[in-house]
Amino acid sequence: MARTRYLPDRGLSARMGLTMFLLGLLYVVLIGVIASYTNLALGLIIAAGALFAQWYFSDRIALYAMHGRVVTPEEEPHLHGIVDRLCAVADMPKPTVAIADTDVPNAFATGRTPSRAVVCATTGLMRRLDERELEGVLAHELSHVAHRDVTVMTIASVVGVLAGFLTRIVMFSGMGRGRRDSNGAPAVLVVLLVSAVVYALSFVLIRTLSRYRELSADRAAAFLTSRPSALASALVKISGEMGRIPSRDLREAEPYNAFFFAPAVAPGFTLSSLFATHPPLQRRLDQLGEISAELGRPVT
Amino acid sequence: MGWLDRVLGRSTPPAPSLDALFALPGAALTLESALGLAPTGLGSVSFRAAEGGASASTVDDVVALLGTEGTGAAVERSVDRFGYTWLMLRRDASDVAGLVTDLHAVNVTLQDNGFGPSLLCSLVGFADPSGRRLGLVYLYKRGTFYPFAPTGAEQRDSPFELQARGALGADLPVEADLSRWFPVWGAPGL
Repeated sequence: MARTRYLPDRGLSARMGLTMFLLGLLYVVLIGVIASYTNLALGLIIAAGALFAQWYFSDRIALYAMHGRVVTPEEEPHLHGIVDRLCAVADMPKPTVAIADTDVPNAFATGRTPSRAVVCATTGLMRRLDERELEGVLAHELSHVAHRDVTVMTIASVVGVLAGFLTRIVMFSGMGRGRRDSNGAPAVLVVLLVSAVVYALSFVLIRTLSRYRELSADRAAAFLTSRPSALASALVKISGEMGRIPSRDLREAEPYNAFFFAPAVAPGFTLSSLFATHPPLQRRLDQLGEISAELGRPVT
Repeated sequence: MGWLDRVLGRSTPPAPSLDALFALPGAALTLESALGLAPTGLGSVSFRAAEGGASASTVDDVVALLGTEGTGAAVERSVDRFGYTWLMLRRDASDVAGLVTDLHAVNVTLQDNGFGPSLLCSLVGFADPSGRRLGLVYLYKRGTFYPFAPTGAEQRDSPFELQARGALGADLPVEADLSRWFPVWGAPGL
């Protein structure tokens, strides 16, 4: 009877499921309010269309924004070799491999489905990490692709985008002459209040979901490479390096934090833990330590 | 591991498919008659050795199971430049079935100790009288094979590989997606 060394984290799955459920609930509330009080179908269709386009072209958008260039197996045989083998062990289609010329050490993966995905490492990353650490980081990114994180986070963000959109539209139309609903001022205020509250709640939930997805990607990468310690070491190296990067590079990278392996902020910067896209370093290291212990557990 | 597991982020590397290897002896006969390729008696298994004592002791057990270790002996252990461990088995050139059985024994031992998901691929070597080499690489996670014919340090004879695919046809489950035919340069057993 084959035994498994996989260590499920039911708590993490439960918390993630709950977060996604709450986001769905918010979405329902918002749609209800929109349907009862307003007549903004066209605006919402446009907002939905923009989100769809962002999801559909996510691989090209991210590559363009990060100045990444696609590399062939002939140009980077070693990088391709690492990705080939990870995909063979994970049984997933091989994504496009790209490199971004920047000294900020980081990696990202994006794409609407595993078969339309791109994984990109920066030259700064490849310079600083050794083989096993680089493989750990790439495995983390491939896990994001396998978990369809782009799709999940796009769907999750729909609530926030719609709520934010609704808030602004109602604020402007409520103050203007062209009020279309016959209920008058109270209705406008209700919609405004609901959409503002939904926006705030969804923001917190989305960031929470993002942290859980990062932990899941860490877990999956640890089992894929069977070397959690290499991944932990890479995390420490990259997070430490962030403090030494000249501030100009970091400020450029900051808006794209959600895509990255480690958030591109200097360690001294205080982020309220509720709004962070990534879990604290220590939490990630603790999880990897548990998995390492499980993999090393002697055969009974 | 289904759709829900992936969306909730609880994925694990898939379990290997171990039994399709037994189709190899039949395919060896086809390769001989169609392309003049004879088995070399070399076969190898590649897996990712996990960190920690459990993996190391499992591999030691496997090696002990198969016979004595050392160059020219029954089992040779090595690590490639990507960090994957290879165990090369050397058997009588005519005994493909025995080689496959031994490869299977390695796989089962690894799986029984919980390292099934870290299996990467298996390789059985063939050569023709002119010195052309071909390896049949078995992808554990897909349950399919693909031919790999290196001609130099980093060159492969793609037309010959496709020819081999045509010859094998229905004898062996050949990997349909050509992008998964990744090169295993310098693999033991070739």
